[in-house]
Amino acid sequence: MIRLLAAALLGMLALVSPVLAQESVAPAPYAYRQLADPEQEARAKALMITLRCVMCQSQSIADSDAPIAGDMRSEVRQRIARGEDPEHIRQWLIARYGDFVSYTPQVKPITWPLFAAPVVILLLAALLLRGRFARTPPAGEGDRA
Amino acid sequence: MSEPMPPAANPPPPASQSPAPFRLGLWLPLILFAGLFGLFVHGLMRPGQTTVASAFVGNPLPQFDLPPAAADRPGLATGAFRTGRPKLLNVFASWCVPCAAEAPQLAALARAGVEVDGVAIHDRREDLTRFLASNGNPYAAIGRDDARVVQLAIGSSGVPETYVIDGRGVIRYQHIGDIRASDVPMLLDKLNAAATPGGGS
Repeated sequence: MIRLLAAALLGMLALVSPVLAQESVAPAPYAYRQLADPEQEARAKALMITLRCVMCQSQSIADSDAPIAGDMRSEVRQRIARGEDPEHIRQWLIARYGDFVSYTPQVKPITWPLFAAPVVILLLAALLLRGRFARTPPAGEGDRA
Repeated sequence: MSEPMPPAANPPPPASQSPAPFRLGLWLPLILFAGLFGLFVHGLMRPGQTTVASAFVGNPLPQFDLPPAAADRPGLATGAFRTGRPKLLNVFASWCVPCAAEAPQLAALARAGVEVDGVAIHDRREDLTRFLASNGNPYAAIGRDDARVVQLAIGSSGVPETYVIDGRGVIRYQHIGDIRASDVPMLLDKLNAAATPGGGS
């Protein structure tokens, strides 16, 4: 049984070897290295957690261990180190991968319901509450919540 | 709208025996539920989006100058795409299995007179040499992109991807995934369209 499992494991390893080969090349300089300046690193981190990995697609590039996410981190950190504005970096990526790459929604004609919804819901709630509180309960009975 | 429901213990006196009028407040939650349910079912049934198309098609290639990745081919710089003739830019790697699968199609395109330039992603020279020896080498130049600098700059999200670049260095078309035999005529069409200024899209 154990021998069978070991054989299966070896077979799986053989299948993933191209992926391992990819890992054997040194990663981009700032894929797994933080910037020396903590203030810059904090700015890079704040941006990276709002950028989507284009390979794994459900993780931010800060969370993802996909090789391309590492390269995207390196790109972001090097641009931050050069003094580039984080929003400018986001726009640079959006110009290449579309809005998809940004977890932070952009204000665009198609996204207006997203930004209007909280206001509409608050107004609706205010209206409902007004209806509740404006009515004075009849003295003595009812409205025991 | 949104008249609060009267307490159940205290029903209003029945004015008449006619059926109750349609009350939106009563039905709205069900309507909302049905709407959201439909939306979620639609979202779940739709096949997932697995590729990210480049939003950079239509833009000129960014400035780059990559060192050679292979011993017998030069590196690759932006200037190589301003020759007046459309070319293919193939983003690939020796560790990428579909890249080996598309090699015969790239060779066919090269035989048809298309210049194919490559960008090798995260590759080692010895791996690349072995890859080219066993799959053929259709490339006129291969740039070595160890940190995916060029790949990110053109909005490519994986390997293999193939771009049609016109004679002025403008990206005209992006093909995601390996080139199948059936894709070859389509790519030749795209190259022809890129050869005529203003032609194609």
